[in-house]
Amino acid sequence: MAFQVFVPFCPWKVLLLLVALKCSEATSNLNESTNATARHEPNVRFAAASSEPDEKISVFALDYDYVQIPYEVTLWILLASLAKIGFHLYHRLPGLMPESCLLIVVGALVGAIIFGTDHKSPPVMDSNIYFLYLLPPIILEGGYFMPTRPFFENIGSILWWAGLGALINAFGIGLSLYLICQIKAFGLSDVNLLQNLLFGSLISSVDPVAVLAVFEEARVNEPLYMMIFGEALLNDGISVVLYNILIAFTKMHKFEAIKPVDILAGCARFIIVGLGGVFFGIVFGFISAFITRFTQNISAIEPLIVFMFSYLSYLAAETLYLSGILAITACAVTMKKYVEENVSQTSYTTIKYFMKMLSSVSETLIFIFMGVSTVGKNHEWNWAFICFTLAFCQIWRAISVFALFYVSNQFRTFPFSIKDQCIIFYSGVRGAGSFSLAFLLPLSLFPRKKMFVTATLVVIYFTVFIQGITIGPLVRYLGVKKTNKKESINEELHIRLMDHLKAGIEDVCGQWSHYQVRDKFKKFDHRYLRKILIRKNLPKSSIVSLYKKLEMKQAIEMVETGILSSTSFSTPLQAQRIQGTKRLSPEDVESMRDILTRNMYQVRQRTLSYNKYNLKPQTCEKQAKEILTRRYNTLRDSMRKGHSLPWGKPADTKNIRYLSFPYSNPQPTRRDLRAEELTDNSSSDSDLSFIMFNANSQTRPLQERQLTQEIIPMKNLNRGGKPSNFGYPRSTSQEERVGRGRWAALRPKPLFHAVDEEYESGAESEEEASTIGSRWSAEHRCRREHRRSHSPLLHKK
Amino acid sequence: MGAAHSASEEVRELMGKTGFSSDQIEQLHRRFKQLSGDQPTIRKENFNNVPDLELNPIRSKIIRAFFDNRNLRKGPSGLADEINFEDFLTIMAYFQPIDTTMDEDQVQLCRREKLRFLFHMYDSDSDGRITLEEYRNVVEELLSGNPHIEKESARTIADGAMMEAASVCVGQMEPDQVYEGITFDDFLKEFAGISQSLKRWVGFRRPGAQSLDSVLNTLWRRSQTGPNCPSQRNQCKGKWRFPFLA
Repeated sequence: MAFQVFVPFCPWKVLLLLVALKCSEATSNLNESTNATARHEPNVRFAAASSEPDEKISVFALDYDYVQIPYEVTLWILLASLAKIGFHLYHRLPGLMPESCLLIVVGALVGAIIFGTDHKSPPVMDSNIYFLYLLPPIILEGGYFMPTRPFFENIGSILWWAGLGALINAFGIGLSLYLICQIKAFGLSDVNLLQNLLFGSLISSVDPVAVLAVFEEARVNEPLYMMIFGEALLNDGISVVLYNILIAFTKMHKFEAIKPVDILAGCARFIIVGLGGVFFGIVFGFISAFITRFTQNISAIEPLIVFMFSYLSYLAAETLYLSGILAITACAVTMKKYVEENVSQTSYTTIKYFMKMLSSVSETLIFIFMGVSTVGKNHEWNWAFICFTLAFCQIWRAISVFALFYVSNQFRTFPFSIKDQCIIFYSGVRGAGSFSLAFLLPLSLFPRKKMFVTATLVVIYFTVFIQGITIGPLVRYLGVKKTNKKESINEELHIRLMDHLKAGIEDVCGQWSHYQVRDKFKKFDHRYLRKILIRKNLPKSSIVSLYKKLEMKQAIEMVETGILSSTSFSTPLQAQRIQGTKRLSPEDVESMRDILTRNMYQVRQRTLSYNKYNLKPQTCEKQAKEILTRRYNTLRDSMRKGHSLPWGKPADTKNIRYLSFPYSNPQPTRRDLRAEELTDNSSSDSDLSFIMFNANSQTRPLQERQLTQEIIPMKNLNRGGKPSNFGYPRSTSQEERVGRGRWAALRPKPLFHAVDEEYESGAESEEEASTIGSRWSAEHRCRREHRRSHSPLLHKK
Repeated sequence: MGAAHSASEEVRELMGKTGFSSDQIEQLHRRFKQLSGDQPTIRKENFNNVPDLELNPIRSKIIRAFFDNRNLRKGPSGLADEINFEDFLTIMAYFQPIDTTMDEDQVQLCRREKLRFLFHMYDSDSDGRITLEEYRNVVEELLSGNPHIEKESARTIADGAMMEAASVCVGQMEPDQVYEGITFDDFLKEFAGISQSLKRWVGFRRPGAQSLDSVLNTLWRRSQTGPNCPSQRNQCKGKWRFPFLA
């Protein structure tokens, strides 16, 4: 298996490497040649077109400089995408490490190539490009895919933790590093307080999104998930605001002293910047929602409206020195709800995918650039600074987590346990944000920028690689992962019922705390906002539209997964069938539970799924699969009017007998099923059940006769072949019928000549008996069929 | 609001009967009035005014439970047409958390009562058994949130669950023996097994599978995030609370 996986994997890598090498070599060569062209223009021209006059158009010309930047950027993105494909080809790899690891590695590879070939990387990263083009898509994506309801249910804790946590971290790290810088022995005395604070603010920006994938798999509880998500969402904004304010201070400090008033002004500014940004975002969100109300005739521009207005909110906020990040987040959150109901299904899909694409492009570029700038000479390695940075990052994160959650737990109905807090502490993975901010430090104000960049890189590498890879096992270890064995259907049902009951009772007794606020908003929303923002022709009730959405989604999924997975069903189906008359097979319990967990309307949406790098087929393939199985089964059912479970396991009579309801299926089916059951079992088993089933319906002497008939061939078979051969994969009943028919046709042929005499006589008497009853004969034929299929083995013997 | 304003005789009586505090009773009274539209009794239609309940797949079961004579302790079967405030409180009292100061027997009793309430939700014809039809009904309702699940799959799930219950409660059966339905004793037995296996999840609350005791405990606490939450009432009296920290 592993071999199979690796075969496509290795050549890929090699190929990629080769391509990359070739490309960059080529580019550098070309670069040199073009440079040469520029320098020795007359010579080259002379060489290229020796006899022709200068004015004439050359037949073949190269202008690499013209395309260099987009060309190389395209190559980078392509390379990263190919690497991602490779990464996901081996399905266990994404579970082992976060995807950012891969991006960094690819970046370092590219960096090494560039460094090795003395090529100069294109100036992708500069302050303007980063803040105007690279950052907004990342933030927009985060805001748009935020699960709104759990977010607002936990908003107090999230704001408390993400906001204050970022501040504590920034100032804690900054101040403690400043203290370290005072120690003469480290040679850091020229780093002043402001610079340290700035560094603290940029290094405290945490990007725990990579961790969310792990959480999703480990199914941690919803509040914990939301904490991390909220942190990922808000942290960037806060640290960027802080960063900008501190940059302003540093600039000011260069020319004049900072007065206390300025600090106060800075604090006030911090609040204004945040609130103003949110305000702008909400306004623009409503505007865009309102506009999408009228787009039903030109649905092609729907995605455009969404993107342009989000971007506009960012730009508008930035022009007023407000936080564009918070603006774009608020805009996405506000409009999402309404836009999704207004736009057509295709636009909805387009928006989702385009958003993911943009943000992943941005992030890929940043990570690759990070890798590129890792390899190179512009580093300043200061052991003390780097080690202390690393240590303080962990220490202050621990302090902020435990202190803030201690406080917020006092107010929460469901406090965060110590384990939860440990996980939050450990999820402090730094990401692209920190690096970009460090890289963008103005050199004029920060003479030791190189050291800062190096320290940032070390912290990022440490957290991404070590923490990112080990957090999965840690979560699993702490989480006492569920063991599926004892879970039963009843349990699942009862728990579900209790959940719903609980929710229902909550709704009945009505809430007077924050639910009231939500209800008020809901009322307001229903009364005014929806009327203004949402198209008229849509169904009023939200549940109807929910159903509509679900229906469409499932239809799409069904088409997408299509025939591919229907083939893959056949194997588990057969596996289940072979299991035969055992009580309830674990697979059944599993699939039943799956249906329950996937398809019950969840009052409080619990299963969250968010992946920064990929759009998951929401509600999972399993649902689509389930639909397909049902499809498959209805098809099959229409072919034969049988009673079958939706996942294809024929209802076994033994089990149904336990229950108090009468058989609903018609007689022939029963016979059919029984026949199936017989073939299904191992010999002795089926014999027994067979006798039991027929005990009442057959007359005694006949029964005895049949008994002998039955036992004789069995003996035969046991002598002939190994008993284990009875478990041959069973085909559907149709095939059996066909087989039986064929058997009847084949009977005269000397197929069984090598078989013992005993068998022949048995077959003779069987023929006599076959007239007795239709049920009996069906079973009997089936037994013959059984025998026939083993005959080659007997033959050999 | 007026009647239950101070700890009048009436309120004190209700407190004794149901175990609620006067604050809680007042709050519930307010809600009751809101639901009934200032009438002394609530009818089934009044529950249609609860917007969130609209989305609940087992809405009819929940509403029915409020009018069930067995839950109201008024008779062995049947449904009441309307309930007054006292009945409302009786139903709500099922969702009080188990008091930690109670001794073991009382806790057992309390749990039994809660489970009986749950059992009555399944047993709609009040014959003391959850028959297959009833079970199927419940499963169908639970799955009704998804329009794409056919009745048949709901049925098979119920069948499977029933078989499982039969094997848990009766053990090995004779082939011609028929399992009539889950009795309350069987139900208790089943739950004993469940809460055993559920105790394993301690730290992480796996979504949907909190330990049984905590579910029952939080049935009430969760719905009362305000200062009236009984266990926290004493600590947070007069303290200002974050409205959003839930």
